[in-house]
Amino acid sequence: MPETARPTARFVGVPNRAGRRVGTGAPAGPDGCERAGGDGRVKALVFERKPAKYAAAMAAGKLVPGGGAKVGPLRLRGDHDVPDLPGPGWHYVKPRLAGICGSDLATIDGRSSRYFEPIVSFPFVPGHEVVADLVDPGDPKAEPDGSYRVVLEPVLGCVTRGIEPVCRFCERGDLGNCVNIAFGGIEPGLQTGYCCETGGGWSTLMIAHESQLHRVPADMSDESAVMIEPAACAVHAADATLSEPVVVLGAGTLGLLTIAALAHFHPGLEIMAVVKHPEQRRLAKLLGAHFVVEPSELRRGVRRWMGSMAFGDGSIDNVTDGVSRVYDCVGSSDSVQTAMSVLAPGGELRLIGMAGNVELDLTPLWHKEINLRGAYAYGYEDRFERRTFDMAFELVQAKDLGRLVSATYPLSRYEEAIGHAATAGARGAVKVAFDLRDEKERNR
Amino acid sequence: MPRPGFVLEVDRSTPPILFHHGEQFRLEKLPPGRSRVIYPAEPLEPLEDIEGAIRDALLNPLGDSQPLPSLLKPGMKLTIAFDDISLPLPPMKRPDVRQRVIEQVLDIAAAAGVDDVHIIAALALHRRMTESELRHALGDRIYDAFAPHGALYNHDAEDPDNLTFIGATDRGEEVEINKRAAESDLLIYVNINLVAMDGGWKSTATGLSSYRSLRHHHNVQTMQHSRSFMDQHKSELHSSNWRMGKVLRDSGVKVFQIETTLNNDVFGQDGPMSVLQKREWEWGTRDRLAFLAMKKGLDKLSPKARRQIFHSWKAPHNVTSVQAGEVEAVHERTTSHVYEQHLVPIEGQADILTMGLPYICPYNVNSIMNPILVMCLGLGYFFNLYRGQPLVREGGVVIMSHPTPWEFHPVHHPSYIDFFEQVLADTTDPKVIEDRYEKQFAEDEWYRHLYRTSYAYHGVHPFYMWYWGAHGMQHVGRTIIVGGDTRAVRRMGFMPASTLQDALEMATDVVGRDATITHVHNPPILMADVT
Repeated sequence: MPETARPTARFVGVPNRAGRRVGTGAPAGPDGCERAGGDGRVKALVFERKPAKYAAAMAAGKLVPGGGAKVGPLRLRGDHDVPDLPGPGWHYVKPRLAGICGSDLATIDGRSSRYFEPIVSFPFVPGHEVVADLVDPGDPKAEPDGSYRVVLEPVLGCVTRGIEPVCRFCERGDLGNCVNIAFGGIEPGLQTGYCCETGGGWSTLMIAHESQLHRVPADMSDESAVMIEPAACAVHAADATLSEPVVVLGAGTLGLLTIAALAHFHPGLEIMAVVKHPEQRRLAKLLGAHFVVEPSELRRGVRRWMGSMAFGDGSIDNVTDGVSRVYDCVGSSDSVQTAMSVLAPGGELRLIGMAGNVELDLTPLWHKEINLRGAYAYGYEDRFERRTFDMAFELVQAKDLGRLVSATYPLSRYEEAIGHAATAGARGAVKVAFDLRDEKERNR
Repeated sequence: MPRPGFVLEVDRSTPPILFHHGEQFRLEKLPPGRSRVIYPAEPLEPLEDIEGAIRDALLNPLGDSQPLPSLLKPGMKLTIAFDDISLPLPPMKRPDVRQRVIEQVLDIAAAAGVDDVHIIAALALHRRMTESELRHALGDRIYDAFAPHGALYNHDAEDPDNLTFIGATDRGEEVEINKRAAESDLLIYVNINLVAMDGGWKSTATGLSSYRSLRHHHNVQTMQHSRSFMDQHKSELHSSNWRMGKVLRDSGVKVFQIETTLNNDVFGQDGPMSVLQKREWEWGTRDRLAFLAMKKGLDKLSPKARRQIFHSWKAPHNVTSVQAGEVEAVHERTTSHVYEQHLVPIEGQADILTMGLPYICPYNVNSIMNPILVMCLGLGYFFNLYRGQPLVREGGVVIMSHPTPWEFHPVHHPSYIDFFEQVLADTTDPKVIEDRYEKQFAEDEWYRHLYRTSYAYHGVHPFYMWYWGAHGMQHVGRTIIVGGDTRAVRRMGFMPASTLQDALEMATDVVGRDATITHVHNPPILMADVT
């Protein structure tokens, strides 16, 4: 791939061998996906379109976080079809570690917005935080020696979809904003892990386009490498042009990584972190937060920090002159509402956590002229003139973020793994991942 | 003849001892053979003719003061300042002694043709008094005559236009007080001397002053060198106030001090609470039944309902003396009356000091006893209620019983919430707190706004509460709170225990297995004279 000033993805130098193009000519699967029908079977967690089970997951997830894994459409299959290579530039990769993300948990517990319906394709194998071995292209049975590890940049943009010319967002490197995520040579899917054709990280084998792959340095652990993708999300979201103090609301994986990104790329910026649990408090401070408060203490903390006045007779409903930016890494009704209450007029609420359906009183947004802005995925960071993933590699190494991987599970214990991930904060954990390095099915 | 204070050596026949526990009670068995209980004196006989005693004090002042009538002239500017809601505890039944005194003062002033009179609640950095609280303290007659015309009001320590800088002591302590008081031809201060700490020059130099002045003695250094702050002659807090008093006197501020003392009749001699006034082994069947009924009833109520019941209680608190005239002469006489009621002679220190903390302290009248106030009441007031040496040896253990809820009155104590959430989460060391945080809180505009316009304690007030416990914290090796909210207790750097027995077990790490124990049976208030 020729280098450009703003490349759409970082090609890691995999020899570009032609793969088999089966895609549109293959018979449709039972759920409508034109799935490849390659040789052999893989072990995978598969999420199927089953409305009744989805409703059950929704109910179970409300009762017990992660409860949707037991009753919902996610199931472990030992006979999932080997994905076929859609065309040139695609490769087989064998996941080593695959993280469980908040968006995965929302999907499993039936909390995902219907917004996603047209931009995913069923059945899909979740898992977009992936460090994997690149195997001999064209031979899914090839046994990797671990010498060529890659991290996946999972967005399925124009290049991966074989669309030319690429859309204007891909053209300028803003891969996360690609407008063609449901079109082109592969089935709809905003990312690997939500597309029926690519497979996903929660399996023993998947496919990836060479434009999605970033080679992992030999001295980087798998644990660090699996943090690259979420770290890239944080780096993209943590763009800060301000010298005023900021608030990071939430101290799960994304919140902690956002703190780390702000502290690393914007030294001198004062950061207040909002945490729920003792271990989160410790990590937030370790990664660069200057002040740490609990959610119920946020309004008072910001008021005093900023020397602001407040409405309310001793209790605080809204501070009058709060912070200029809040990074909301939770995305709930409460978090968004609280964020608005501590923002200064003209401040920005940057929504990093996947919000879904929330109920809000938007009066403060109107009255304080608050800017509400989302932050999704990654691409090219104009201010640094660097690709986000490159910055993420730097961040993970600088802050030793592999230590945030708290627990790993084999696929067979997926219910336990998802339960752990869904209650990670309360259990003193951060990132929970599937460990596929020892799956005996991996090389069958 | 009321019986004096008493020390009970606990043996196997000693019944369970009453521990106040916020708005509840606990009955605790203390280990026999190594425990003792200090009981307060019974309430002193009250004055038979209070009005006559007041009149007599005003006409026959102490020290070099002239009788009040001779100090009053037509056209003069007269200011009457009085102790605020923090005294007495609990609030006394009507008529409050302040009302009785001020009514007579006003009658004499009227007879002398004085018509420029202001009445000021000397609240320093405390919260403003509400109308109903002012009416309770002063009576409706005074309130209706003065408040509507703006002549009865709360002192505002943050109003630069109404403060006057008087000067500085020979140690550089700045003296700044209420402008109206400073510029009056006569300032009459009407106090209630509930404990030995109150009164004297502290009335004016503290009650009518500002943060600029207060910071010179309301600080860690002063409190750690006041041993105790209930013993004026060993108290750096008082020494500083007395130095400031000299500055006031030398600058021409003329003070006519009126001090009153009350007896220990907190719960009444009959009625539902009277059992709390008695010694346990003297409880009759009726007392036991009354106590059990009260305890069971309270335990079934919500904390809010219990709080309402207790804060509606008005104590009988009979007046035992009235003194008037020159500040120091008055205060010397007053202190002797206070000691007569409170002092209990004690021999030797104990390894462990236990205390049951009640529902009220000076700063939560009609409010919530938040954790900081629990600390202040225990390690501040109760610990310092000694003369000579503390009841517990250096490095010993203090065990306090109180629910210590993580709960704050948002209107009264807004800066307390922030202090608890933000400052104590960082450190509990009084000196570090003072250096790192005091100025920020003291100068915070929101706290200022709430202090001046709402009913909030000043932003710096929780610091003072923490400093009040600084001597106690420095002295003891461990503090344990029985029955408290564990998170709140830990936030303050103390250890939580579920029961007294657990607490005593936890204390063994510090003081060993055969540690001696002293329990202060307070309230009613007592002060240990420890030799």
